[in-house]
Amino acid sequence: MCGIVGLFLKTEKYRHELGLHTAAMLHEMRGRGLDSAGFAVYDPAREGHTRLTLLSEGREFDWSPTAAALETALNAEVTVRQILDHAVFETTGDGRAARQWIIDNVPEVDVLSHGRQIELYKSVGDPDLVASRYDLASRTGTHAIAHTRMATESAVTTNGSHPFVTGADTCLVHNGSLSNHNQLRKKLVQQGESFQTENDSEVAAGYLSWRLREGDTIDEALHGALRDLDGFYTFAIGVENGFAILRDPIACKPAVVAETDDWVAMSSEYRAIAMLPDVAHASVFEPDPGRIYSWSLAA
Amino acid sequence: MTETILDLAEITLRELNQTLQNSANGAFRVTNPRGAHAVAAGLHTDVEVHIDGSVGYYCAGMHQVGTVRVEGNASTGLAENIMSGKVHITGSATMSAGATGNGGLVVIEGNSGARCGISMKGVDIVVGGNVGHMSAFMGQAGNLVVLGDAANDLGDSLYEANIFVRGKVASLGADCIEKEMRAEHVETLTRLLAEAGMDADPADFTRFGSARELYNFHVDDIDAELAARSTGA
Repeated sequence: MCGIVGLFLKTEKYRHELGLHTAAMLHEMRGRGLDSAGFAVYDPAREGHTRLTLLSEGREFDWSPTAAALETALNAEVTVRQILDHAVFETTGDGRAARQWIIDNVPEVDVLSHGRQIELYKSVGDPDLVASRYDLASRTGTHAIAHTRMATESAVTTNGSHPFVTGADTCLVHNGSLSNHNQLRKKLVQQGESFQTENDSEVAAGYLSWRLREGDTIDEALHGALRDLDGFYTFAIGVENGFAILRDPIACKPAVVAETDDWVAMSSEYRAIAMLPDVAHASVFEPDPGRIYSWSLAA
Repeated sequence: MTETILDLAEITLRELNQTLQNSANGAFRVTNPRGAHAVAAGLHTDVEVHIDGSVGYYCAGMHQVGTVRVEGNASTGLAENIMSGKVHITGSATMSAGATGNGGLVVIEGNSGARCGISMKGVDIVVGGNVGHMSAFMGQAGNLVVLGDAANDLGDSLYEANIFVRGKVASLGADCIEKEMRAEHVETLTRLLAEAGMDADPADFTRFGSARELYNFHVDDIDAELAARSTGA
């Protein structure tokens, strides 16, 4: 059992309160997993800037030498915002190059996310504590996905916590368990993907990452997932400007969606949605098994 | 009859369910359910419970007797293991509504998700909209009435329950077949539609039931089997 929530704001109306509502939703899903939690928020960086969220787990870390060295390597400005053991680097340089440079040169640090919109925080412990530690409630933006974990397939660690990143501005949260993840991990490693954990959900993220890298759209990648992933899953996937949901064809894992003119919310349980503004006028439905749902902001 | 208000914004779920279970009779209105689980579970007296809003898992679960009406939607396991009485929701239910029910009536005005009436043992379920895949899976007794469409594998591994569908059936499960609608079936269907307050013509429905091939001993090639036995192979 795990709890997942996603909130996608179609209009400006609640964007100043994105974190507030996401934190309230996450709170309701504590009962589905107290092992660890994480969240990704999408809020566009300044024009021409890319963000990286970095983690130095459980260690005090002086980020300024890393930022300075990265500035030299990219020949571009890098600003740093530190939040406990996480840091957000924002740069005018090439985001992919920045990510690769940190992976190659600062191995003691994990790159949690990169992209023009995404910031990603995760930690072991009570979801409420994780939300308050990284100040989820004050976040603004267009959409967010979050997860509470009750570990089954791998250890309780920060790296085993969700969301898992699948590429620039793309991440995934998972409720369920995959049965062919070991076999699939081997195949993906042959395709050039790398994995940090024994976690099954990371394999799902790696799968999408591979498909997206091969040129699939998110819909195409999810069609592939329906064919190649074996097991139980409800996924919520955050992408640049959008949000998607997929349940396996047997659909043992719960999901409910509510939609108004202003927002789309999904969760493992309705109680995470019950207190959202104007929920009385929302259209509420259970997503069909094996069907891809996606929403995106008009470009 | 005066109605007692039980506000879940003011009292705990346990207090609510204890109040209901400790009442010999009476009418109750539950407000602010906000998707809470196990609302009005385990009722065993002839109470009448009206819930204003959507509920979470196992609403009216283990329902022995009495009436529960939900003005809204319900999540997994609505009225699971119902024995008698009535559970009626105005919205839609997600998975496994009426699962393993032994008796009584479950009415869902909207749609029902996957595995509606799984392992039903005598309950009657009337769904105003569609049902999800594997509905009435391993059903043993009772009736499932669907005014809309049924998704894949309807009535898979069915024993003796009756399924009536007005709309389209995406596919039938193993050992589930279309069956003749005889006078007694029309009578049952007419009664259930009336009890559920559904306006539909029984003549528009198709009945499905068990082919009874799956749960009887069946050897595909009996000659080969006997020959093998006689030679001791």
